[in-house]
Amino acid sequence: MNDDKIIICRCEDVTLKDIKDLLQQGYTNFEDLKRLLRVGMGACQGNTCGQLIQREIAKFLNKSIEEIPLQKVRPLISGVPLEKISEASKDES
Amino acid sequence: MKVNCLIIGAGISGVSIAYNLAKKGMKNIHVVDKGYFTSGATGRCGAGVRQQWASKRNCILTKKSMEFFERAKKELAYEGDLEFKQEGYLILAINEEEHKQFTKNVKLQNSLGIPSKQITKEEALKIVPHLNKDAFISATFCNTDGHLNPFKMTEAYYLAAKRLGVTFSFFEEVVEMKREGEKITNVTTTKNNYQTEIVVNAAGGYAHEVGMMAGVDIPVYAENHEILVTEPVEKMQGPMVISFAKNIYCQQVPHGSFIMGRSDPNVPKDHNIESSWQFLDEMSKTVADILPQVSKLRVIRQWGGSYNMSPDREPIISGTDEVVNFYMACGFSGHGFMIAPMTGLLLSELIMGEKTTLEMDSFHLKRFKDKDFVITEKSVV
Repeated sequence: MNDDKIIICRCEDVTLKDIKDLLQQGYTNFEDLKRLLRVGMGACQGNTCGQLIQREIAKFLNKSIEEIPLQKVRPLISGVPLEKISEASKDES
Repeated sequence: MKVNCLIIGAGISGVSIAYNLAKKGMKNIHVVDKGYFTSGATGRCGAGVRQQWASKRNCILTKKSMEFFERAKKELAYEGDLEFKQEGYLILAINEEEHKQFTKNVKLQNSLGIPSKQITKEEALKIVPHLNKDAFISATFCNTDGHLNPFKMTEAYYLAAKRLGVTFSFFEEVVEMKREGEKITNVTTTKNNYQTEIVVNAAGGYAHEVGMMAGVDIPVYAENHEILVTEPVEKMQGPMVISFAKNIYCQQVPHGSFIMGRSDPNVPKDHNIESSWQFLDEMSKTVADILPQVSKLRVIRQWGGSYNMSPDREPIISGTDEVVNFYMACGFSGHGFMIAPMTGLLLSELIMGEKTTLEMDSFHLKRFKDKDFVITEKSVV
């Protein structure tokens, strides 16, 4: 299958080709790719694309996968409507 | 390694300075950054660009920068999408005091050619229909304000600078500077030693620490400002909505997600950039008050970043009297991204000894020596 038909990040529709193109341009860590492609910034927080991208970076740099840091994990773990948070914090006070 | 100019910090200010210097013909410019691409304040910022300010200095800097943003894609020959949009900033007045201040602000802005206007509540509701009509009394609006993707804007400068011969290294931190009399001669990093003619401090949140290495005590400090982003949805809001009194800025970016932030008045002066549940609580309450429809969206991520605060909340773009080859662009107090085109232009003119586009004394570090400087800029979140 062509690299531009293989979806790596389902949240942002990023293909394997997009990843490989940026690796070629010298963006070889997850944080760079995240900022330029939004991989890991979607609703799943990189749970789908994280290890796939880690593997591509490892392959490109000819390193083992353990040597490639994953992206920074940020709160929240899953999406929560803002109004649920504001309502809940009203109950506490 | 021998260089003509070493720039510390590859955020938006550093890449803009590098690009402008290279464009003016300076050779052998190197930029070092202690982290990855846009790891500092630039990559964490709110991504808004506005020209509605209370101080003349900020109005001029942002207006001229906006003129650059309008032609940036072409001038920098950037193939990607800068995600530039000009759908305005809507600034809400919550009380009479703010309304009166905004009348003055708009008068100043108009006198400098900024097309802002003071509008009624009804007019504001036409621009953003889902605003809570009971949360404000009037507003100001400038239709040429807007948004840019900070990663893409930085990359555009970065690639253009590289094409002009500028070199970059990431994950390389400056640890020491060697001075001989009034000049810095060497800069040592975690990976290298540079013999350099000129040193530029564009270190963002770490500008004070870099200053101290050069023996210059710059009165700036870092503080954490938090921010969050929602899931992307169909377009529902054109302009950035801001309230200084309610402490919120909130904009839907072209990608579809909403970005919003607020300040914590009691935030400590340090390099912490962690996320807090307190921010999430306060932010969700504020947005529920002002933009109830937006508060139905799911927040998917929150983060923090450093504002580099100066005593008068306005930038320092200057050389120094003590160290003749040390320059700085810092103290942006949360607005370095939106004035970066002017930062690069002004500092490069200063370094090359050219006539500067603006009078530079008011941007100089020495303005704080008088002690009686005034804080005119209150239009800040």
